[in-house]
Amino acid sequence: MNFFQQVGANTLARLTSIGRAALMLFGAIFAMPSLKNIPLTIRQVYVVGVQSLLIIVVSGLFIGMVMALQGYTILVGYGAEGSLGPMVALSLLRELGPVVTALLFAGRAGSALTAEIGLMKATEQLSSLEMMAVDPLRRVVAPRFWAGLFSMPALAMIFSAVGILGGHLVGVDWLGVDSGSYWSLMQSTVELQKDVINGVLKSLVFALVVTWIAIFKGYDSVPTSEGISKATTETVVFSSLAVLGLDFVLTALMFGIE
Amino acid sequence: MNKHKTELMVGVFVVLTVAAVLLLALKVANQTMTSSGDTYQLYAKFDNIGGLKERSAVKVGGVTIGRVTDIHLDKEDYTPVVTLSISTDYEGFPETSSVSILTSGLLGEQYVGFQPGFSFDGIEELKDGDYLQDTKSALVLEDLIGQFLFNRGGNDSKNDD
Repeated sequence: MNFFQQVGANTLARLTSIGRAALMLFGAIFAMPSLKNIPLTIRQVYVVGVQSLLIIVVSGLFIGMVMALQGYTILVGYGAEGSLGPMVALSLLRELGPVVTALLFAGRAGSALTAEIGLMKATEQLSSLEMMAVDPLRRVVAPRFWAGLFSMPALAMIFSAVGILGGHLVGVDWLGVDSGSYWSLMQSTVELQKDVINGVLKSLVFALVVTWIAIFKGYDSVPTSEGISKATTETVVFSSLAVLGLDFVLTALMFGIE
Repeated sequence: MNKHKTELMVGVFVVLTVAAVLLLALKVANQTMTSSGDTYQLYAKFDNIGGLKERSAVKVGGVTIGRVTDIHLDKEDYTPVVTLSISTDYEGFPETSSVSILTSGLLGEQYVGFQPGFSFDGIEELKDGDYLQDTKSALVLEDLIGQFLFNRGGNDSKNDD
């Protein structure tokens, strides 16, 4: 009997938590049309996007370089090192760009969002805003949400572009693949609609999920130091798992059926 | 001052993003530049198209002049009909031109090799919507091996006699 009660309580807790998350998202999305929030959103784009730029550019560069190095050693055995360009570009645009950006973003910006909002809640800043008849959803949550939704696809694009240049650096400048075949085979293989646009769509979905989880975990955290630490950990773990799971579903939908 | 700097950095971020998107769209995908040109359609019936796909190249002497835009089966005689979209930069091929399905390299992808025919009096130029009469099908490796083995088998039995 106790067991069933436990299961029921757990299920109800999960469901109400999903409900609260949906309500918060709803509030954040429909808080967009106020013009006063635009400077706040720009400020958040700086915190969430610009400050993640360094880690994104460095990882993109190195992932592109490593892929060119690994791909070259395998492809050169078949005399197909000219296909290095398409290999690097397609893996970056379709998978690594959106996914690695989302994982890094969850660690770099998502955890910070959770901790910030959680601490605001713990120090009763959110309640004070409410006391002053300022909607915290509108003032605190919405700018962060929109900033995340804009920043992550932008970062993913930068990641892919830098990665392709990094692949060029190693493949062409160091290992001696022909520069013409690197670009021209890439151009004849990569399709704007299928590869580039689908990559942006993927990263938009990841942006929604990661930012949503990060903000909700902060907004819904237990307002103690322990609660904030738990919420921050959960943000990184949950959003990474969600990104990896969703990536499989999206890949199957976008590229699985030819 | 601090706010000014924030806006500046966000501006740099946005410009970087636009640059990345432009690089990906124009330099990497290169779609908008090539497909914007005007094309005209030619049709060719083949017995067997092998591994030809939509978007395969149409080449004259190695120069790409167009792409395969559609492949479907003729409902009446059940032969594959391939639609070739040729750039209007290359017009006026004589109607004696022939097309064959070739393979780039031993394992490479297949493309349509376009062989311009001779033009003399009474031979018209190919226009939009024309059918190419002279077509050569794809070389299917399995058929070739099958034929080879069959011939070998035939020869061996003759020698035994």
